[in-house]
Amino acid sequence: MNRQTTTLLNLSATAALGLFVWWAQTNLDGYFLQILNLIAVNIILALSLNLIYGFTGMFSLGHAGFMAIGAYVCSILILSPEQKDTLYILGGAFDWVQQAHAPFPMAVVAGGLVAALFGFIVGFPLLRLGDDYLGIATLGFAEIVRVVATNITGVTNGSLGLKGIPDHANLWWNAGWCLVTLYVIVRLLKSNTGNVLKAIRDNEIAAKAMGVDVFRYKLLSFTVGSFFAGIGGALLASLLTTIDPKMFLFTLTFNVLMIVVTGGLGSLTGSVLAGVGITVLLEWLRVVENPISIGSFQIAGIPGMRMVVFSLALIMIILFRREGLMGMREFSWARLAGQGGLSGKSGKKGGAAK
Amino acid sequence: MNTDIVLDAQGLTMRFGGLTAVNGFNAQLPKGSITGLIGPNGAGKTTCFNMITGFYKPTEGRSFYMGREMTGLPPHLACKAGIARTFQNIRLFGNETVLENVMIAGHLRQKTSWIQAVFFTPGYLREDKAMRARSQELLEVVGLGHLAEEKAASLPYGAQRRLEIARALATQPGLLLLDEPAAGMNPQETQELIRFIRDIRDQFGLTVFLIEHDMKLVMEICEHMWVLDYGVTIADGPPAAIKSDPKVIEAYLGEEVHCDA
Repeated sequence: MNRQTTTLLNLSATAALGLFVWWAQTNLDGYFLQILNLIAVNIILALSLNLIYGFTGMFSLGHAGFMAIGAYVCSILILSPEQKDTLYILGGAFDWVQQAHAPFPMAVVAGGLVAALFGFIVGFPLLRLGDDYLGIATLGFAEIVRVVATNITGVTNGSLGLKGIPDHANLWWNAGWCLVTLYVIVRLLKSNTGNVLKAIRDNEIAAKAMGVDVFRYKLLSFTVGSFFAGIGGALLASLLTTIDPKMFLFTLTFNVLMIVVTGGLGSLTGSVLAGVGITVLLEWLRVVENPISIGSFQIAGIPGMRMVVFSLALIMIILFRREGLMGMREFSWARLAGQGGLSGKSGKKGGAAK
Repeated sequence: MNTDIVLDAQGLTMRFGGLTAVNGFNAQLPKGSITGLIGPNGAGKTTCFNMITGFYKPTEGRSFYMGREMTGLPPHLACKAGIARTFQNIRLFGNETVLENVMIAGHLRQKTSWIQAVFFTPGYLREDKAMRARSQELLEVVGLGHLAEEKAASLPYGAQRRLEIARALATQPGLLLLDEPAAGMNPQETQELIRFIRDIRDQFGLTVFLIEHDMKLVMEICEHMWVLDYGVTIADGPPAAIKSDPKVIEAYLGEEVHCDA
């Protein structure tokens, strides 16, 4: 299948997505729309974690931290100064926080950039660590971000959080950013830089012997990953219209990690599919938290029950399908048309984000 | 400056705590030569390679490549300077295709970045295409052209060894270090390997330094060799002289004990 054909197919898939978003915006009710929005945001988060963990082999548990940074930066920028007057009741906001204001698109990008900057800075000491140690250190970073957010009330309004954040993040923005994330990461991984990242994952020592400055490439991947985590956080803030430090607990990272592992470490297609699947399931499983009555027997609703079900599901996946839904395979038009054979990768990834 | 000497190791010493793995290793490799490094297990051969390629920082001593000091340079800079290596236990990028394994070396001389890949700039597309073509060409030369799209991990053992060498060649080295290239090969494969090493030496203008246990291969291919035992160089010279050196025989077979009783 030649390049023109795949480009054409990618463009049509993008157009189809556009049509779908337009249809959804006008026809679906708020509940379903919200689920679609969450799907898009979750895919962004999963793709960025997959770049770090699945493709570069860096076990990072700091996603919630980068999301928090993106969310706070974006929220502070889109809240109007008048709103901030009424919001910051714990001693008032710092002057520069009070004054800061930017339109939504710029605020989202700013959220991503600040998260990327933090990724770059903490990457310097942390990325010298390997494997589990990196996991622990990045987890520590995320906790630090949360604790700091709780305590610098002049910026974050402390544990009261920010409320009434303008809900600019409609499905157009979320799906759009989802597409941008997918596109940028696909292009990155298809370039030779992507080859180098995968080489580091497969065998770090051999990568060094091939002249790869491992640290530099790890830092690149980590920074790009944190950028998109920041974007995801920013969109989430505007989507939920309220954020507080408690939202960015480890469980948030865990949710994203669950999507990545379920989809398959090292498969973007898997992250997209699992992003859809798990977001839908998380909603659908709310049923198990409701009070259940079997005949005359009553079981009171247990909040958090769906996380138990999900943990069990994750254990099952690790036990029986360790490589996840897709393993390391990717979607390609050629394969869809039955031309790709069984080889691990070929063709170009489609723009079909949903 | 004498650039006829490709590698000049001067008293390379590596100590791990109280253990001296290699003690005062001296070696000069003339340009275009094939040199062997032999010795019993644990003699410190791979440690020597690790010092030359920057994986270990020598405790003492210095090493020069083409007259340029390499002591203490990290592996990726040693590679950039022109020292490539393979590993005793094959270290391929198993999840990537054969072509991608070779293409990775392309990053050393790459001018465009991934940002340009995102925007499909003509410069990037041209370079990517050229890099792909060059890698494919190299695979043809080493006889792996037909396997380009296979996953590296799925190759048969001999082909994996060959691919590792091809991958090292892709970095355009001047000095190639092979760590037990014939390990696990049958006599016929070993013969092919001997031809292959000579071919690439001539074709790419390489200097080859190799560790090997297969004496037949070493004796046949090497022009000069160094023998290590417990980290100490016990002999060096042409194969014929090494073969009859009593110290070498002692290191490999043990000392002859005379019983007069």
